[in-house]
Amino acid sequence: MSETRQGPEPAGEAAAEPRRKLVTGPGTLLVWVYGVMVVGAVSRSAYQIATEFDRAPLAYTLSAVAAVVYAFITYTLVRGGERARVAALVCCAVELAGVVLVGIWTLADPSAFPDSTVWSEFGRGYLFIPVILPVTGILWLRRPRA
Amino acid sequence: MLDALTIATAVCALLLAAWCGLAFARHEPTKDWHFIGMAVVSLLAVAQLVVGVVQLARGQSPEQGTVLFVSYLLGAAACVPAAGFMSLAERTRWGSMTVLAGGVVLAVLQVRLYDIWGG
Repeated sequence: MSETRQGPEPAGEAAAEPRRKLVTGPGTLLVWVYGVMVVGAVSRSAYQIATEFDRAPLAYTLSAVAAVVYAFITYTLVRGGERARVAALVCCAVELAGVVLVGIWTLADPSAFPDSTVWSEFGRGYLFIPVILPVTGILWLRRPRA
Repeated sequence: MLDALTIATAVCALLLAAWCGLAFARHEPTKDWHFIGMAVVSLLAVAQLVVGVVQLARGQSPEQGTVLFVSYLLGAAACVPAAGFMSLAERTRWGSMTVLAGGVVLAVLQVRLYDIWGG
């Protein structure tokens, strides 16, 4: 078999042309708001998990998950490029699903949440930004590479 | 804390937001005068950080916890400069929109700071 013989490595997409920037125009605003959410969610969940985790383990775990999702989306937006765009798009969908599910959950079974999460009641404590942001993100990221 | 300073910072942050909103509506990027405005608002937030730390050092303590209070003070001080740097890189109307968002976030942080200190 001639499987050992490999053709020249196809030049990576990134090497052939610069990564398409995602942080331009409306993307700047998007990454700013995501950055704010990262700082808010990460510091909040770190503080709560460190100090009073036993009071509301479910709520604080969900806040930490939200923080990780926000951090990852912010990273992909800043990094740019086609793969990052797709990854960010998937994460925005996850984020939207998360905020809708947790939103319904907090309304349906408030007793499970002695304290609120970032995504409680569709992110009401954060001016509904958690539910608006993924929708805006999907709209911005949906445009394929020009 | 110093209520007057909190109110002044919140009002100036909202004025900055409105001003940058005007630039956004006119399809303009942030200009020198906007950056002077951002510097003034940032200075107020830094003054607040200093006043807050001094009051903690004097033995007063915020109602909802010192860690929370200090982290909000740091966030408030960093907020507008961070938005300003992003608008430096984005020389379109969207840079102005970003500073608008920064001003609004700072105003919200002021309300939270007021609550955390214990009104």
